[in-house]
Amino acid sequence: MQFKGTENYIASRDLSIAVNAAIQLEKPLLIKGEPGTGKTLLAYEIAKALNKKLFTWHIKSTTTAQQGLYEYDAVSRLRDSQLGEEKINDISNYIIKGQLWEAFEADEQVVLLIDEIDKADIEFPNDLLLELDKMEFYCYETKKTIHAKYRPIIIITSNNEKELPDAFLRRCFFHYITFPDRATLKEIIDVHYDKLEEDLVQRAMDIFYKLRDNRGIKKKPSTSEIIDWLKLLMIGKITTQELDEVKNHGRIPPYLGALLKNEKDKEVVFRGH
Amino acid sequence: MFIDFFLILKNNKIPVSIQEYLTLLEALDKEVIEYNVDDFYFLSRTILVKSEEHLDLFDQLFGAYFKGIETINSEEFMNIPEEWLRKNSVRLMSSEDMEKIKAMGGLDKLLERIKELLKEQKERHEGGGKWIGTGGTSPFGAYGYNPEGIRIGQDESRHRRAVKVWDKRTFKNLRDDVELETRNMKMALKRLRVLSREGVAEEIDLDKTITKTSKNGGMLEIEMVPQKKNTVKVLLLLDIGGSMDDHIELCSQLFSAAKFEFKHLEFFYFHNCLYEYLWKNNVRRWEERVNTYDILNTFNSDYKVILVGDASMSPYEILFKQGAVEHYNEEAGKVWMERLKKQFEAVVWLNPVPKEEWKYVQSIEMIRNIVENKMFPLTIKGIEEAIVALKNPKLVYQ
Repeated sequence: MQFKGTENYIASRDLSIAVNAAIQLEKPLLIKGEPGTGKTLLAYEIAKALNKKLFTWHIKSTTTAQQGLYEYDAVSRLRDSQLGEEKINDISNYIIKGQLWEAFEADEQVVLLIDEIDKADIEFPNDLLLELDKMEFYCYETKKTIHAKYRPIIIITSNNEKELPDAFLRRCFFHYITFPDRATLKEIIDVHYDKLEEDLVQRAMDIFYKLRDNRGIKKKPSTSEIIDWLKLLMIGKITTQELDEVKNHGRIPPYLGALLKNEKDKEVVFRGH
Repeated sequence: MFIDFFLILKNNKIPVSIQEYLTLLEALDKEVIEYNVDDFYFLSRTILVKSEEHLDLFDQLFGAYFKGIETINSEEFMNIPEEWLRKNSVRLMSSEDMEKIKAMGGLDKLLERIKELLKEQKERHEGGGKWIGTGGTSPFGAYGYNPEGIRIGQDESRHRRAVKVWDKRTFKNLRDDVELETRNMKMALKRLRVLSREGVAEEIDLDKTITKTSKNGGMLEIEMVPQKKNTVKVLLLLDIGGSMDDHIELCSQLFSAAKFEFKHLEFFYFHNCLYEYLWKNNVRRWEERVNTYDILNTFNSDYKVILVGDASMSPYEILFKQGAVEHYNEEAGKVWMERLKKQFEAVVWLNPVPKEEWKYVQSIEMIRNIVENKMFPLTIKGIEEAIVALKNPKLVYQ
């Protein structure tokens, strides 16, 4: 069982090794990197490539660790007791399983994505230490310990909004997705669009890399941006000649808004002309 | 097997623990990778490095330690005296070495020294094996770790090998854009929480539910309340420019920690002491000023005020009108400080100057008196103490 990328997702050698090491040693894999380099997508592609079920847990600022395990719906139970419902006798009817529980309970190995872990409270990762280490937790209401039948492949993504605690990091493998070099980027573009004119792609990549090299730009355009931009170029029927003019005469690139999402960054480009 | 390598990482402040080392051995044992050095590099990187700011240093150390390991054949290896290996392959710079660089008189001197060493290396290289030739200059050569990041004498071309992955130094830039060491500060600031309930009702209010249900003759009636949230309001006033330039890193750490921690955070800049104007954008400080009166009138008295500054100035700047260094002030800094204290109950001053030095600077003592001794050093412990003072404004400090 080896992950080597999929037909829609080019995984570099170092990324594949990180993923395979995490799978074989049964450790969670923490993925960081510039926005738009395919951090979240990775979990989807691993699930697809290895033909496994995927559970996703998207973290928000209000998410607590407990919500990933389970929630006890005391209010419904109280209400049902008033109505004399039969099911109140079994407390497990009122336990709402979280993504982690579902993943632990699955009858085969699954992929679990914990997306944007840095969005939660600063203590959040610490609350998950034992769960990630032992792959088990205790449910107080039913007095049962939930073990993972098969240790899931856990992919965690972070955007660096908050630093993660050391104890948490020590339990994870870490991989930083770097921005792809030209050859890899070309491969990525090829898996997305196969009918693009070679010259056009080369010109577009020239302009794109020049923008990325511009030191004044804060939010650099990334893989997902160039993919979107190429689509716009296709729809707008922009020709190779037009891109040549941009390149050689320093014009503003068409559909700049697809590449730069920030007013200030656009100003930097406009000022440069 | 790779204990030396592990120790080098550890000595160079990459946070690795035994656990990670064992994991690496386990991974090798399970044959996660094929036997080639590139794959080994990727594997050890993913296991041993936990944060992108360490990646570049890891690349350099890896390069230094495993240099030449590919080209060397076992026969050559046997010919090298063991002592040589032990001494030279691990001759990386410790922090003492770094001190030595400074002691050597800075960059120019260092460059000269490197040139000398390189010459020496060439001579030795002709006679000796590759390992010795390259390992010998490792402290100062291509892989020398140095705060300025000098990098010369890349000998890949001499060996006519392709550039190694770790030699590309892909992660070089990551070292300076990450937010550093703010976690501890955030943990300290977190204690400044004023929890109150507002927003959507999503928690059950047990007491009210019981009361209402009893009133209802036992039929359940559920009462909900909003969750408790941190509603503390913070006004951060930062001294900027002049003598504060030395502390700019510490202050920006505090600022970025505070920005994430408090929902209601307002910040303004001042210079040296508080006067009639404050500003939000330091570049446009003369055009976009805010009248200090407006700030005193805009923010409720329940705002907690944190002033950050070194309070190091001439006493005139505090005591006399027209004493400010930059402009003609109608009223003395002290008057404005008193006004601030009158409007806000909770005021503290964080000072990046070490506490032991306070007593030697007259103006620090004066400001300290004005804020009723609620001046704390800008350290984790100082922030913790300041938080206590902010939460209990009635506390008296000696």
